[in-house]
Amino acid sequence: MDVLEKLYATPAGKFVARKAGLADPPRLRRGRVLPTGPVVLAELDGGGLGRATLAQLGIEAAEPLLDLPESRTKDEKGRDVPPRYSTRPGAIVVDATGVREITQLEGIRRALRPVMRSLEESGRVIVLATDAADVEGLEAKAVAQAVDGVNRTVGKELRGGATANLVFVRRGTEPADLASTMSFLLEGRSAFVSGQAWRVGTAERRHSVTARPFDGRVVVVTGAARGIGAAIARTFARDGATVVAVDIPASGDALASVANEVGGSALQLDITSGDAGARMAEHVARVHGESSRIWAVVHNAGITRDKLLANLDEKRWASVLDVNLAAEMRINDYLLTHDVPGGLAEEARIVGIASTSGVAGNKGQTNYAASKAGVMGLVWAMREELAARPITVNAVAPGFIETEMTAAIPFVQREIFRRSNSLNQGGRPVDVAETLAYLCDPASGGVNGQVIRVCGQNLVGA
Amino acid sequence: MTSRTAVVVGGNRTPFVKAGGRYADASAQDLLTAALDGLVARFGLAGQEVGEVVAGAVLKHTRDFNLTREAVLGSALSPHTPACDLQQACGTGLEAVVYASNKIRLGQMDVAIAGGVDSASDAPLVVTERLRKAMLALSRARSLPDKLTALARIRPADLAPVPPAVVEPRTGLSMGESQALTTAKWGITREEQDDLALASHRNLGAAWDAGFFDDLVTPYLKVARDSILRADTSKEALAKLRTVFGKGEAATMTAGNSTALTDGAALVLVAEEEYARGRGWPVWAKVVDAQVAASDYVTGREDLLLAPTRAIPVLLERNGLTLDDFDFFEFHEAFASTVLATLKALEQNGVGTVDRSKLNVKGSSLAAGHPFAATGGRIVASLAKMLHERGPGSRGLVSICAAGGQGVVAILEA
Repeated sequence: MDVLEKLYATPAGKFVARKAGLADPPRLRRGRVLPTGPVVLAELDGGGLGRATLAQLGIEAAEPLLDLPESRTKDEKGRDVPPRYSTRPGAIVVDATGVREITQLEGIRRALRPVMRSLEESGRVIVLATDAADVEGLEAKAVAQAVDGVNRTVGKELRGGATANLVFVRRGTEPADLASTMSFLLEGRSAFVSGQAWRVGTAERRHSVTARPFDGRVVVVTGAARGIGAAIARTFARDGATVVAVDIPASGDALASVANEVGGSALQLDITSGDAGARMAEHVARVHGESSRIWAVVHNAGITRDKLLANLDEKRWASVLDVNLAAEMRINDYLLTHDVPGGLAEEARIVGIASTSGVAGNKGQTNYAASKAGVMGLVWAMREELAARPITVNAVAPGFIETEMTAAIPFVQREIFRRSNSLNQGGRPVDVAETLAYLCDPASGGVNGQVIRVCGQNLVGA
Repeated sequence: MTSRTAVVVGGNRTPFVKAGGRYADASAQDLLTAALDGLVARFGLAGQEVGEVVAGAVLKHTRDFNLTREAVLGSALSPHTPACDLQQACGTGLEAVVYASNKIRLGQMDVAIAGGVDSASDAPLVVTERLRKAMLALSRARSLPDKLTALARIRPADLAPVPPAVVEPRTGLSMGESQALTTAKWGITREEQDDLALASHRNLGAAWDAGFFDDLVTPYLKVARDSILRADTSKEALAKLRTVFGKGEAATMTAGNSTALTDGAALVLVAEEEYARGRGWPVWAKVVDAQVAASDYVTGREDLLLAPTRAIPVLLERNGLTLDDFDFFEFHEAFASTVLATLKALEQNGVGTVDRSKLNVKGSSLAAGHPFAATGGRIVASLAKMLHERGPGSRGLVSICAAGGQGVVAILEA
């Protein structure tokens, strides 16, 4: 901690910071915790999926207040104010899946205006719309995209740790396909996901939403010795997984303590070795039983070798691409093509870690950005390739996350990174872990080929 | 009773580090707990109960009277796992494996963890005999004059602690001095010793580079490799070292061909064969048989560290084997000349010839270091893995010499 940072943490420092407009960031609701206030459902014409999905989760939807001219009142200065909720809503679900025309977008405005200043802390705005690919006509396709503009802006206007996200549902999507996503968005698990839009379609196989989705399932996590990887191991273990924690042999002691803490096992393995996939399978069969199969592989291991391109040599270039992208592909390739003891289950999940650097580029990180953008390309391409199998492939793209690695960034720069998102703070490793666990949930079979940013709606690449 | 077989399914150790190095602040219990936690993690045993954990240490504080049980309680294993301390000087680790294997064979348990630890950095410091006696007198004294008399007996020099030394109580000779007698008696040359040391470093270095230890070692306190290892050492570099044991012309033993004081811990996971297969554990090697022997070194008629030469023929005969029936020989390198004198003695006694190309092929104590009680666990885990890689039917012979003129030898078979 440098001097400036120490000063900043003192009461006097905090006072000055507040005066300068650097208010204490809101404390986010995290974990498997629903909002305390009611979940309001605004069902627009042609909707219905939202109500059915909430019903499946056992959540009783409250009626929305709509901002109609006749329902407005005047404040003391004579200005129009929208109708006011008697209890602050915890979340609002706007079911716009039937919206096809520009004029119908008014329904969204009407439903959202009354909640913009009344949502509880860490409240939720969840908008459902039909994917542009599944609607007919130019206007309907344009309208689908227009909804995303609303979503992204609402995310920026919300306060108190509240988030806004949009789910584009594909044709044929049933409540059972959407339930895991709805549950994730409502709960604290999605604390640091805001301003995002992703697609949900039909699952090859349907599973119901439970609090311990990984009971009896083996999940392999690479790079699990510390930071985000250790948080991933803990989060999956909390949700019932038998975790195989993988890291390079040199990190073996930290790895062993993570593995023992979560009651899993440790595999000291350099993921860039040619037989890494085979050794993962061998380990699973050996330690967790001959009949065990891998339910999910979390490709978290990654390295940085930052240099401006003007100073970047072939070694730094190649090592980053090999660890962050090529190794992951070799492991996937082995596991997807070898039906061996301890290998990938018939139905399975593969998730990777992209980065906002991959989305937007980042100075000094051509190699890293290439590898991380490559992970996104891989996700999109694998979805097509695995279309016939009940295996989903997804990724998350973390923004600024508080880790040992980011703690090394100089204080002022770090504080700027932290605050350059809609939630005014850095994310925690667990936020990345929760999103990965949601993607790996057996009930998330309808979520495939998606890259979800866990960045608090960072300005970078948004 | 149906026949039961004890098999080695895996192992784990800390990297070995020269005494006073990176583990200087770690106690023997810390080291043993670390080795245990690494093994538990490797086999996903957190929270589980193991039949028994048996281990020991040569340099032991009185507070470590229950060293192994304390390590278990500090580890991720279930607290219902019982533990036992066992000690036979440098034979401790191997003797622990024999103990565990025998109990498994007898049906007293299905799975055990066996090995040892030593920290020369954490060696107990002892007060002088005069100080001890004065303190006893002081505690017995009732009156003030008596107390003052007792205190007055203490001289300033008595207050200095007695540094720990590994000395044979009956000969007063240190291990190195004893071995210097053996080296001279058997005519072991400096060059032969340096060659053996060089091979040890080269073999251990190559094994590390090949990833052989990836599933045998868990890093500890930011040490990821054995720190004594000098993979790039040369014949010339070893030849330059000055001698430390022996006198004049006969002095051939150096810091390069003698083991250094070392800190480290090593354990192996032993299980009943069917039980191991049932759990999907790899059956690396069976613990076939073992033999202990002791030499008459006090009279000077025999050598302090050559007791294995008495144990090996007995073991071979009982199992109907000769030295030609082995694929690997793991002879603990207390000193290079110990191994060389052992080989000579075996030949001279008509036991047979050890094929040097099969000897310590992944390096041994000269390069890895020798935390006394940990050496047995290191050797058994490595040998079991080598045999597993070689294939069914392959055999290995372990030979470990120990203080007090003792020796433990054992046969492992894939």
